[in-house]
Amino acid sequence: MNPELQGREFPPTRPYLVGREKVREFARAVFATDPISYDLDAARAAGHRDLVAPPTFTVVVQESTLAQLLAEPDAGIDFSRVVHGDQRFSFTRPVFAGDELTATLRVTSVKSLGAHSMVTAESTIVDADGAHVVTAISTLVVRGDE
Amino acid sequence: MAYFEAPGAPETPDFDALSVGDVVAERTFEVTRDSLVRYAGASGDFNPIHYRDDIATSVGLPGVIAHGMLTMGLAVQPVVEWAGDPALIVDYQVRFTRPVVVDPSEGASVTVSAKVGQLDAEARIARVDLTTTFGGETVLGKAQVRVRFA
Repeated sequence: MNPELQGREFPPTRPYLVGREKVREFARAVFATDPISYDLDAARAAGHRDLVAPPTFTVVVQESTLAQLLAEPDAGIDFSRVVHGDQRFSFTRPVFAGDELTATLRVTSVKSLGAHSMVTAESTIVDADGAHVVTAISTLVVRGDE
Repeated sequence: MAYFEAPGAPETPDFDALSVGDVVAERTFEVTRDSLVRYAGASGDFNPIHYRDDIATSVGLPGVIAHGMLTMGLAVQPVVEWAGDPALIVDYQVRFTRPVVVDPSEGASVTVSAKVGQLDAEARIARVDLTTTFGGETVLGKAQVRVRFA
């Protein structure tokens, strides 16, 4: 992998509009039971303006940033050798249905570990006002030749 | 006569009554191939190692495996149920240590146990540590959920 990737920042992704049905679909897919992710009345009774997405929902938004990284011509990342190592989400506020989210990816570290390399990519996700919502951090392990 | 109960504010646990070591939630998930198809559609992750045995085995896996992000996504759910509101989760991290192999007929049983690992009284944040097991082995490392209380 190209060590010069470290510190590289990518252009912001096209805004992603969080749909209510998408929140429900994702909630079902991760076995969520909390009514606040399904039922508008329950969400409002809890003081929220709309359905609250499950904690890992922003992977849907982050996905497009990781696609930018893997498509980078000089990155030297072979997708078939990529394994997800670590994942973290740090929230300033939860994601609500109706949010328009934009993600900006920055490569924070590139390391070699024997034949493998590890790249840590941080996606900063903001709302339509540019206010921070969540940062999604992924470490990808690219397996080298055994 | 009321036919259904109108939802009220969710019940949240009492932060001051928590102690480090308390097991606050446990749940077993039956993950099937159907679950993987559903998650692929919901997340947009259509990597064929999550639905095609031939491709999974060609890259050295024992068979079709669950999306790591599906395992991460479901493992936090017992904590969300306990907290009573997904909005209380302020930070969540995991390390993927072992794949969850999903048998085409039997599926895979994934068990999550959530235990209080640390309490920050000033910030009123509880760190809840998850032990996620499949086939008697843990599949997530350093799985920590931070829950903020009012």
